[in-house]
Amino acid sequence: MAGKVALDLRFRGGDGKSACPLNISDILSAAVTIAFNGLAYAMVLYLISVGLSVTMGMMGFVNLAHGVFAMAGGYVLTSLMSRWGVPFLPALLAAALIVAGASIPVERLLYRRFYGGDDLDQVLLTIGLVFMSVAGATYIWGPLQQPLQPPAWLNTPFDLGFRSFPAYRSFLILSGAALVTALWLAVERTRFGARVRASVDNLRMAQSIGIDTSRLFMATFALGSGLAGLGGALGADLLAVNPGYALQNLVFFLIVVAVGGLGSIRGPFFAAILIGVTDTASKYLVPEFGAFFIYALTLVVLLWRPNGLFGRA
Amino acid sequence: MFRKFIVLLVPALASLPAPLAAQTVKVGLINSYTGFVAQAADQGQKGSDLYFKEHEKDLPPGVKIELLKRDDTSNPEVGKRLAQELITRDHVQLLTGIVLSPVATAVVPLTAEAKVPLVISYAAAGVTIPRLSPYVVRVTFTLWQESYPMGKWAAEQGWKTAYTAVTDFIAGHDAEAAFTKAFTDAGGKIVGADRFPPANPDFTPFVHRIKDAKPDVAFIFVPAQTQATAMMRAINDLGLREAGIKIAAPQDLLPDEELPNMGEAPLGLITSGTYSIAGKRPANEAFLAAWKREYGDKAIPDFFSVDGWDGMAMIFDLVKATKGKFTADEAMAFFSHWKNQDSPRGPIMIDPETRDIVQNIYIRRVEEVDGRLANVEVATIPMVKDPWKELNPPK
Amino acid sequence: MRNSGAVGIFARRHHHHPLEALPWLAAVAAYFAFPSYLPLGAQILATILFALSADLVLGYAGIVTLGQAAFFGAGAYTAGLLAAHGWGEPVSGLLAGAVVAALIGLLSGIVILRTTGLTLLMLTLVVASMLYEAVNKASWLTGGDDGLQGMQVWPIFGWFRFDLFGRTAYCYCLIVLFLCWLAVRRMVHSPFGRSLVGIRENIRRMHAIGAPVARRRLVVYTISAALAGASGVLIAQTTGFVGLTFLGLDRSGSVLIMLIIGGVGRLYGAFIGVPLYMIAQDRFSEIDPVYWYFWIGLLMVVVVVFARGGVLGLFERFWRWTR
Repeated sequence: MAGKVALDLRFRGGDGKSACPLNISDILSAAVTIAFNGLAYAMVLYLISVGLSVTMGMMGFVNLAHGVFAMAGGYVLTSLMSRWGVPFLPALLAAALIVAGASIPVERLLYRRFYGGDDLDQVLLTIGLVFMSVAGATYIWGPLQQPLQPPAWLNTPFDLGFRSFPAYRSFLILSGAALVTALWLAVERTRFGARVRASVDNLRMAQSIGIDTSRLFMATFALGSGLAGLGGALGADLLAVNPGYALQNLVFFLIVVAVGGLGSIRGPFFAAILIGVTDTASKYLVPEFGAFFIYALTLVVLLWRPNGLFGRA
Repeated sequence: MFRKFIVLLVPALASLPAPLAAQTVKVGLINSYTGFVAQAADQGQKGSDLYFKEHEKDLPPGVKIELLKRDDTSNPEVGKRLAQELITRDHVQLLTGIVLSPVATAVVPLTAEAKVPLVISYAAAGVTIPRLSPYVVRVTFTLWQESYPMGKWAAEQGWKTAYTAVTDFIAGHDAEAAFTKAFTDAGGKIVGADRFPPANPDFTPFVHRIKDAKPDVAFIFVPAQTQATAMMRAINDLGLREAGIKIAAPQDLLPDEELPNMGEAPLGLITSGTYSIAGKRPANEAFLAAWKREYGDKAIPDFFSVDGWDGMAMIFDLVKATKGKFTADEAMAFFSHWKNQDSPRGPIMIDPETRDIVQNIYIRRVEEVDGRLANVEVATIPMVKDPWKELNPPK
Repeated sequence: MRNSGAVGIFARRHHHHPLEALPWLAAVAAYFAFPSYLPLGAQILATILFALSADLVLGYAGIVTLGQAAFFGAGAYTAGLLAAHGWGEPVSGLLAGAVVAALIGLLSGIVILRTTGLTLLMLTLVVASMLYEAVNKASWLTGGDDGLQGMQVWPIFGWFRFDLFGRTAYCYCLIVLFLCWLAVRRMVHSPFGRSLVGIRENIRRMHAIGAPVARRRLVVYTISAALAGASGVLIAQTTGFVGLTFLGLDRSGSVLIMLIIGGVGRLYGAFIGVPLYMIAQDRFSEIDPVYWYFWIGLLMVVVVVFARGGVLGLFERFWRWTR
């Protein structure tokens, strides 16, 4: 092609002449950037995927439409903020609650019939729902991506002295960490959490000791979907909120769950960190490769630990 | 000239005693209603539809244009099949639309085989496309047309080093090549060339790379939709301009409908392009008024919309001039010599040698107008032919 | 019907039942009845072959895969590259594509078939995605996102040119599909095929009776890959184009959906599901280019809620009910 210039020069100074490419402060700076952005991405991935992990592990339901809840959270947040001027934090909360609430009829009326059933039926059902969500989102909001307008207090960079960080990402990491901690405490310390753990471990046993699994499924599903909605809302500028959202990001959610371990609650967290940091690093260092390294990483991990890092056989 | 023709025609027709048999010109319009360029496709479609609606009454009596719309779902093989079907099943006389240049490339061989002219009214990439078949005419623009002047302008500012960052698809490649050629020919040096994956929402890592490389100027191309906003956000968040790196870009970085979403970040940015809603000419004012009437106050057109509008104008002019009866060769002869002084983007014409568009390229700067940001045209490069074809004459 | 009961079922399975001629007669009739729909018809036939390959692994061997597009795309790019670099002979391109796809199936199968369930599903997906990224990266060769340009496919046997109306394409796809189907049918009714069903139904028992399970799975995976590759070649040659969408998740997912709608593991699910889906898609997008996703999605949900086992499952239940 005429005039094609193919140069790939990283870490060079403005004069384009330096032969020795790296110095310590550059490497450190790059590492901090990658870690920071990777962690932010990981938080979003985890919040969205943890519900999927539990749904697939506990109810044995292949919910490929899980991304729809995340997408819904993103749409609710951006619509509340831009159309009705709701402030950021209340809108976030509303997004989580609305999505959680909306998931309950879906579970009761539709998903329930297919628990313990044929995987392929679940695949067909949930992909059908995804397709309908694509059309529905296009109808209500149009084909454009919904931009996230963070509030003013999150728009200015956050200066820590040695370098400044984008405030929104920082908020993402901090709130993500808080939510994850709350979630893990709830799972470890509350009755509800104990019931969830018991049901994931051995459903029949759990039923036989009197746990109302039907109610539990509903509650867990709502919680997982609500978290997904929250993740989709928080991550609206990392994972673009547009009608194709559920399909575009399905692979990454599935990877996080598979690598983390089906049914596990902690596993997807470490998987999300692995995936988030790897993805950010490869975008920064070798952008032409796209998501290749994520897939390679998944291949290696799943061959080494077929049940995921924290999964059970 | 064609208006004179019609002025003569109308009374002649009106004096005919018997009603004319209806002559319906079927035009196939292929667009990507689903896929990652749906936004551009939507803008273009609105422009085409608006012209159609506004000017349907201008057609000679008894002559109608029927628009058959098809969705290629951003897949070239689907687009090719749809074109095949439009030709063999629906017997269209013209094809138009197409927003993705791979779809255009797949469809173009059919135009030669079946002798059905194609008016490309949305796609801009793929400089060689009009050369692939004598029955293709492009009415939009080429990436070389808008990016080559940027390269020259950047060199004229005294900037010595540049970093190019484009989306990895044909439009990005064209833009990169055009800027690079112009910049290096004028003595500049490219210190880095990045290409990012097409459906990428987060540009922070890429902007980081640019910042670390410390060039004098960064040439950035992303498709003209919400990605542009994401790119501006990354540029803003990471303080690229504050770090002393200038930005040069084609109009795709600051599409008019995205400007309101970008906040204050783009103020002062220079881009080169074919159309801005802030362009001061009567045809533009009329166009904007019609747009607001049809689509509401909140809808903002962009250059894709105007491309669609002009493409439909060209087809209408053909139908009006020939009363809907034309052979493919007659249509191509008409298109190749078509001119329009009154497009919303200024004077445009088709170059008979290349069947590509010749138009003004405007250097614009983002300034505040009536409380909002707008791409204000500060300089005009008149009647620019496609630079790539000038530099690469056919053998 | 003639024989009811177990004997009847067995008899019917091993001989060619007159009803089996139906799809082929329909295909030939369609050639004459719908002369302006032949390009769509050719694509439907090629996709039936693709769905057939998926049925082999999914329906008969029980390997749930989201990565069939890897083989489809591999075959397509092989034939495409040959045609773009001077060798446009279709039949040899077809064979080359099938061989390359089979090779990829074999190599990836050796690595990933040791796993099962969700892990295997993810790994098939990951293999396909890696191939996608590799092809994208090698855009100097493959054209990357813009697709392979410049394919020149020669007339078949020097005589039958791929014409504008799709006549040659249709017949070509029909013949290739027929030949492949004959082979698959024979395989499915052979002892090998029976053992595959055994592996699908109860893998432990198959191990226990000493069947070479791993090897059988690998063989069927490779054969399925070859068929998928062949279908990719057909689409590439008849449309004169290959692009990244040939390798994407959409491609793997939609063939799976078409198969499930038709009915998995019954050999004819592909013949029903594929035309149904593709014709519906064609019609819906003509009526409503923007919102066809909604109607397709609704169709899928309706099929799963009311017609479990796909259309063929419905037929089967109806059949049993009428006795």
